[in-house]
Amino acid sequence: MTTSSAAVDRGAGPVTTGERGTSSRRTASTSTIDSKRQWWGWLFVAPFTVVFLLFLIIPLGYAFWMSLHNKGLATGGESVFVGLDNYVRAFTDPVFLEGLLRVAKFVVVMVPIQIGLALLCALVLDTLATRLSKASRLLIFVPYAVPAVIGALMWGFLYSPRFGPATDVFGLFGMTAPNFLSSSMIFASLVNIVTWQWVGYYMIIIYAALRTIDPSIYEAARIDGANGLQTAVRIKVPMVSSSMVMVVVFSLIGTLQFFTEPTVLRSVAQGAIPPDYTPNMYAYSLAFSYSQFNYASTIAFALGIFVFIGSYIFLYLTRKQSGLK
Amino acid sequence: MRISQRRGAQVAVAALAAGALLTACSSDGSGEGGDGSTEAAGGDATCTNEIVNPDATQVSVWAWYPAFESVVDHFNETHDDVQVCWTNAGQGADEYNKFSTTIEAGSGAPDVIMLESEILPTYTILNSLADLSEFGAGELESQFTTGAWSDVVSGDSVYAVPVDGGPMGMLYRADIFEEYGVEPPTTWDEFAQAGQDLRDAGYEGYITNYPTNGNALNYALFAQNGWTPFAYDPANPQEIGIEVATPEAEQVLSYWKGLIDEGLVSTDDAFTSDYNTSLVDGTYAVYLAAAWGPGYLQGLSDADSEAEWKAAPLPQWDTNDPTQVNWGGSTFAVTEQASDKQAAYTVASELFGNMDAWELGIDEAALFPQWNEALESDFFVNKEYEFFGGQQINKDVFLEAANGYEGFSFSPFQVYAYDQQTQALFDMVESGGDAATTLQTIQDALVSYAQQQGFTVK
Repeated sequence: MTTSSAAVDRGAGPVTTGERGTSSRRTASTSTIDSKRQWWGWLFVAPFTVVFLLFLIIPLGYAFWMSLHNKGLATGGESVFVGLDNYVRAFTDPVFLEGLLRVAKFVVVMVPIQIGLALLCALVLDTLATRLSKASRLLIFVPYAVPAVIGALMWGFLYSPRFGPATDVFGLFGMTAPNFLSSSMIFASLVNIVTWQWVGYYMIIIYAALRTIDPSIYEAARIDGANGLQTAVRIKVPMVSSSMVMVVVFSLIGTLQFFTEPTVLRSVAQGAIPPDYTPNMYAYSLAFSYSQFNYASTIAFALGIFVFIGSYIFLYLTRKQSGLK
Repeated sequence: MRISQRRGAQVAVAALAAGALLTACSSDGSGEGGDGSTEAAGGDATCTNEIVNPDATQVSVWAWYPAFESVVDHFNETHDDVQVCWTNAGQGADEYNKFSTTIEAGSGAPDVIMLESEILPTYTILNSLADLSEFGAGELESQFTTGAWSDVVSGDSVYAVPVDGGPMGMLYRADIFEEYGVEPPTTWDEFAQAGQDLRDAGYEGYITNYPTNGNALNYALFAQNGWTPFAYDPANPQEIGIEVATPEAEQVLSYWKGLIDEGLVSTDDAFTSDYNTSLVDGTYAVYLAAAWGPGYLQGLSDADSEAEWKAAPLPQWDTNDPTQVNWGGSTFAVTEQASDKQAAYTVASELFGNMDAWELGIDEAALFPQWNEALESDFFVNKEYEFFGGQQINKDVFLEAANGYEGFSFSPFQVYAYDQQTQALFDMVESGGDAATTLQTIQDALVSYAQQQGFTVK
C-alpha cells in the first residue's frame, strides 16, 4: 500500500504539489485542528475499514483457524485440532515445494523480461514525441485491458497445433512448428502470455514517472556532453527507480501467486499443466476438487508467508532506490 | 490488482473445466445459470423455470441436461403438491466444485442434484447424500438396468436414482473405411490391423484418438478387460482396496501404447477444440463413444455433412465372452441438506419417471435412458437416427451394451484418481515410459493418498 501511494504521488505532478502544500500548512496549525481533522479522516475511511474487516481480515482469520484443523476423508468428517501439523506437512510436501520452485523459476525468468521490456518501451516512447508514440503507447497497453482469462483463452487458440498460425509460419520456411503445449514448451508459452499481458501496464507506470522529470535536467546533461543512451541509463533510470521498485514488487507478488493463465491454459493442455502446477492452483484443487479445505487453507497461508518474505527481502534490498527508508 | 484477476479466473476456470471434464450426455452447451440463482436453495430459491403452482412445496434442483427445461415444465404441470425449481449450476466439475463448497459450508446445497454415477462415492463418504431406501427407493430396482442400479446402491442403501447412461459402442466413418477398402473391426486385434491397413492404403488420419485426459474412457477400456481397481464399501468407509496396476490394465495400456508408438493412433487431449475438429473432419476414422456420443458429434457446429457415420459394437478382447462397459451416466441424488426429503425424493424419482419426459429427453437431448420402460419402448428401440443414415443405433448397438453392463466400483476420491491417471498417461506418451511403470505410478500415488486421508488400504 505504501509503495503504491508513494509512487502515485511521484507519478502525478499535481498531487505531489498538493501534498507539499498541506504539509507546510500542517506545521503551522494547532493540535486541536489536527485531531479534529483526524476524526473526519476516520469517517471517510470507515466504509473501507468495514469492507476490509468483513471481506479480508475475518476470512483470513477463519482460514488460519481452518489451517490449524484437519478433516480426513475416512475419519467421518470430524474436524480435529492438529496445531501446526498441516504446516509441517506443507513444508515437506513435494507437490507444494515443486510448485514453489516452479513459481520461483518464473520469477527469475519472467520478472526481468517483463520489467526490462516495460522499461525499454517507456524509455523509447519518452524520447519520441510524435503522434505515432501515442498510438504505440496505447497499443502496448491494450493487452492489459484484455481480461487475463480472455487473453489466456486467445493464446490457447494461437498455440493450438491445428488452428494456430505457427504451423503456417514455420511451414513457410519448411520447418515444423514446436508444440507450444508440450511439457517442454509450456513454461515459455506461459512466460509469453504473461509478458504480453503485463508489459503495457508496467510501461505506463514507468512512463508516467519519466514524464515528471524536469526537462532542464536533460538540458544540463546535454550541455555536459551526454548522448541519448547515457541520458537514459545514467539519468532517467535512476530517477524513476522508486517506480521501478514498485513495479518489480507487483510483478514479484503476481508471479508468486501465478494462477489464471496456467489454469485457463490447462483446458487445452491437461497433461503439461497438472492441477498442482503452481501453489495457488494446488490450493484451489485441494479445496474445490478434493474437498480438503483445511489443507488448502494451509497451502494458501504457507504461500502467503513466502510472498511476504520474498517482497520483504526485495524491499529491504532496494530500500535506497524505493525511497522507503 | 491480481486478486480481482483471480476471482475472474475462478469463474472462467469452472466454466472451462466443465468442458474439459465433461463426460455425461452432452450435445450442446446449455445456458449457464450464473445469475446468482444458485445461492438460494430450498423453498425460497429463484428458479430458471416458471413455477406453475406457487402454493405447492418447492424442491430446488441442480442439473445440466440439455433441453431440460421442457422436462421440468412437464413435471410441474403434472404435479399439484410438489414443484421443481431448477437451476443450471454448471456442467460436471463446475457443479461438483459448487456442491463441495456448500457441503463444507453446511448450507446452500440444492434439494436434488444431478451427479454422474462415478462421483457418488465421493459424496457418500462426506455424508452429504440422503439414503433413499427410507423412502422406498428399493422398490425401484426392477425398473432399471442391472448395471445402472448397482452403480447407485450399496448394501441396502440407495444413494441416487439413475437417469441416463453411457453404454459404449464404436462410431465409425463408413465412407473412410469404404474408400480405403478396410472392414470395420469387431475385435481389438482386428482394430489394430485395420489401423495398419488404413495407413497402408494411404489414409493420412488416425484410426482413432487415445486421449491421455480421457479419464472415464480409459477406465471403461481397462474395465472391458476385467479391471476392478477399487474395492470400496460405504458401509465400511475406512477401508479401501486399491488395485490399479493389474495385468488386465497393463495388457490394455500396452496395446494402446503400441498403436501410439506405431503412429496409428493420435494422443490429442479430449474435449478441446482441436479434438472436436478432428472428430468431425475425418482425422479420426473411429470415435470410441458412449451412447451420448452421437448427440455430442451432432452438436459440433461444423459436423461434416458429407461424412457417413455408422455405429457398431465396441471391439472385444474375446468375442466368445463379450464385456460391455459404460462411460458416463448420470443420476439424481437427494442431498442431506434438503428440507423436505420426501418431496425431494418424489422429484428425483419422477422427473424422468414417465414416458413423456423420456420422449423429450431422447428426442431433444439425445439422452440414453436407464429406465427400462423407456429403454424397451418401441419409440426408443426402433428410433431411426438421421445422422447415421437412418440406422437404428439403439437396437443395433447400444441396447445390448446397456443390458450387458454390470456396474463398476469407483473410489471416494475419484477426481484425484483421474488427475493422477491423466498425469501418468501423459508422461508415458511424452517421455516414452512403459505401461507397467505408468500403472505402478498411479497405484503408488493413490495408495499414499488414501493412507494420508486415513484409510486402511487392504
